[in-house]
Amino acid sequence: MSFMNNLINGTDFDHKSLNALQKVTLRAVVMSFLFFGLVAIEGMIMRMVQVGPSAPIPHMFFHPAHYFSIMTVHPIVGIFGSTYQLVFGAFMFLVPFLTKKPLYSVKIANAVWLLITIGTAMSWIAAFVWEYAPLYTLYWPLPADTSQFSVVGGIVFIVGVALIMVGTLLFIYNIYATIFARVGVHKNKTTKELLISGFGIDGMLNLIHKLTGKPPYSKEPALALPVVAIFRGTVDTFLDAIVILSAGVLVLIYLIFDASGHPLNVAAIDALLYKNYFWWGLDLVADGLVLIYVAGSWYLLATLITGQKLFMENVARAALMLELLVSWMVWSHHLLADQPQPEMMKLISGEMVTAFELLTQGLALFITLVTLWKARPLKMTPPLAYLLGGLVGFGLAVPAAIIQADMGMNRVLHNTQWIIFAHVHIALIVGLYMTLYSAVYVLWPLATNNTTMFSKKLTWIHFWLYLIGGIGMGAFAGMAGLKGMLRRHLYVHGEFNTLMVLAAICGTMVLIAWFIFLMNIVLSVGIKGLIGIFLPAEDKSASYGIESEEA
Amino acid sequence: MNNIILGISCLNNWDLTIPDLLIAAILPPGIKSQGEEMTFASSKELLSFHWVAYTIYAIFIISIIAWFAYNLTRKEKAKSIVRIPFYGYLGFLVAMGVGHHIFTYNAIPWVSQDIMRHHIKPDASYTFEIAKHKWVNMPKHVTVQCGQTVRFNVKSRDLVYGFGLFRQDGSMVMQMQVNPGTDVNGILESNDILWTFNHNGTFNVMSTEYSGPAAYDKETGEDKMLVKNWLTVEGCKDGGNK
Repeated sequence: MSFMNNLINGTDFDHKSLNALQKVTLRAVVMSFLFFGLVAIEGMIMRMVQVGPSAPIPHMFFHPAHYFSIMTVHPIVGIFGSTYQLVFGAFMFLVPFLTKKPLYSVKIANAVWLLITIGTAMSWIAAFVWEYAPLYTLYWPLPADTSQFSVVGGIVFIVGVALIMVGTLLFIYNIYATIFARVGVHKNKTTKELLISGFGIDGMLNLIHKLTGKPPYSKEPALALPVVAIFRGTVDTFLDAIVILSAGVLVLIYLIFDASGHPLNVAAIDALLYKNYFWWGLDLVADGLVLIYVAGSWYLLATLITGQKLFMENVARAALMLELLVSWMVWSHHLLADQPQPEMMKLISGEMVTAFELLTQGLALFITLVTLWKARPLKMTPPLAYLLGGLVGFGLAVPAAIIQADMGMNRVLHNTQWIIFAHVHIALIVGLYMTLYSAVYVLWPLATNNTTMFSKKLTWIHFWLYLIGGIGMGAFAGMAGLKGMLRRHLYVHGEFNTLMVLAAICGTMVLIAWFIFLMNIVLSVGIKGLIGIFLPAEDKSASYGIESEEA
Repeated sequence: MNNIILGISCLNNWDLTIPDLLIAAILPPGIKSQGEEMTFASSKELLSFHWVAYTIYAIFIISIIAWFAYNLTRKEKAKSIVRIPFYGYLGFLVAMGVGHHIFTYNAIPWVSQDIMRHHIKPDASYTFEIAKHKWVNMPKHVTVQCGQTVRFNVKSRDLVYGFGLFRQDGSMVMQMQVNPGTDVNGILESNDILWTFNHNGTFNVMSTEYSGPAAYDKETGEDKMLVKNWLTVEGCKDGGNK
């Protein structure tokens, strides 16, 4: 088959054979990877600016307004446009698949990817056209500082973020409505039973019963472990959406009053209190959503790859419950450099409770590894390789953050490139995305009705380029942080030139890896198939792997 | 008594000699370790130690997963290098999480100084403000004698800024956030830090928090809040301290 034929028609992909659930899943996945490309290009522009004046890049990118506009939308596009879409798309497929129940509403699922796509695009446009650049942290009162930023740009940006959050809330509603629907296998379950299972309480009670010599509380938990992780992570996603949405409303009120000629007093809002509130919510993305969703994904992937039960499942369920409490109490590690922050909050929330993330994530890593080990010998397939890559990513990234969540270390590392690269970028690019790539390869036959992948060779080239590039970029830029390079700062003289050149080379590997992955997917489904994914499904089924959608 | 070893030995009751040798082998020069308290006199020493320790850890964790991946696919049963009991592993994670803070509290002098700063009388004190991306009432130059403890109290009239001291090679001495706000009497809130200087040098001041593009020159991108050679420390020996 010629290259052109593959490009247009794909291998053997037939979009007409897909049902509504498969199509809505693939729509979110397609948008996610398009946004990933955008975020990788943005990241590379910033890497090149940091290389210094010798970098082959137009001078306009060195202008502070332009540079910080890119820095503002980079995490919005990356976290919401790409990661949220991919995670939400995968979970809207997995929850019906694992619970053997139909998705509550395909219409809502369509609204989710559309709202997140439009919202992300609006935020991007606000930064591109009006150079609205308060960064994702939105530290009060910077987002309402109309002496630096355009009011119109601010309104467009905030409305964009609000649409993303509305999409997020709709996703949550859809997931909960599906989990708690008393149909199919859950026909005879009560809401209480489903709630107890959703919070992992049954796992904890099973452990207590075992220790006290009683029979198990529940031999067959109502919800599969990955669904428990999705439920648990979604609790944090909900709280996070509420916090970001309310912060957005606050900024919007100030901007609208400013536009009407009656500006409000920004000093009426306490900057430190706002910081606490905002970080409490925003940290739920990192410590609640990412860690819990990822742990659940590891458990699911390990069981699907090995075809065996998860090692120490009750402990894993109980750990998800523990992570719920931990994730709500760790936000002060972001405020260790804020001197008016009470010392006890720094000590308890910022240091001690945060340290428990080492325990919960270490536990997830251990359980996943042992589950794989017990099933050896295994074939090194792409899903297994990417899963191991994901484990490496979090194995590197979590301790990097725990080290900084310390009053002594934070004094010399806060706001440096250490945390954003050695922790955040390695956690997201390597840890989270390698896990998600594993899920993509596991779900690919299910979501595309066994479409043949264009090239296995391209899959492996993507794997190695991405893994080495992701770790390399995080490592070199992280080292620059140890040498004093600030994360939210513009360096125009190539002050950290050597490390930034190395980071840019590794970043280029990630960008090339993304392009190779994209080409492999496009050559598998073809441009016709790609367009077909966005056409209405003939088969309106909202489930996968069950005969009928009994109510 | 070496405090890091004390921290570890309290948890594990290990022999002091082996870890002492290990630490001595990886410590960058300048850090006290043998037969006396292990302390980091400056951030440079701490960050060098951190670089070495984390690099060793990174190589270790990558090697473990690579070994694991290799043996996952082999038909022959792999020989265990070490058997780790499950609850022993959990205990290790807790010990590492908590022990890390015990170690830094004992080995990094500015932690306890920071917590107790309102009860410590500094040798010198400087209070100044930031407004519209400019340092206001800031002394033009500060000279500190070796070993002196200085209090910096920085207030913001508008946005969130940062206050950081940097060496000439760009490495960070220390930093803090500078939050805006007033108390009930309308007096600007304090953001204060105590710092003891044990090494000679001339340091630059920068804002370590982003406060909008107005902090930079529109065309050239130069940082308008950078103050070069703002603070000089003198009177220390070559290796630090008086």
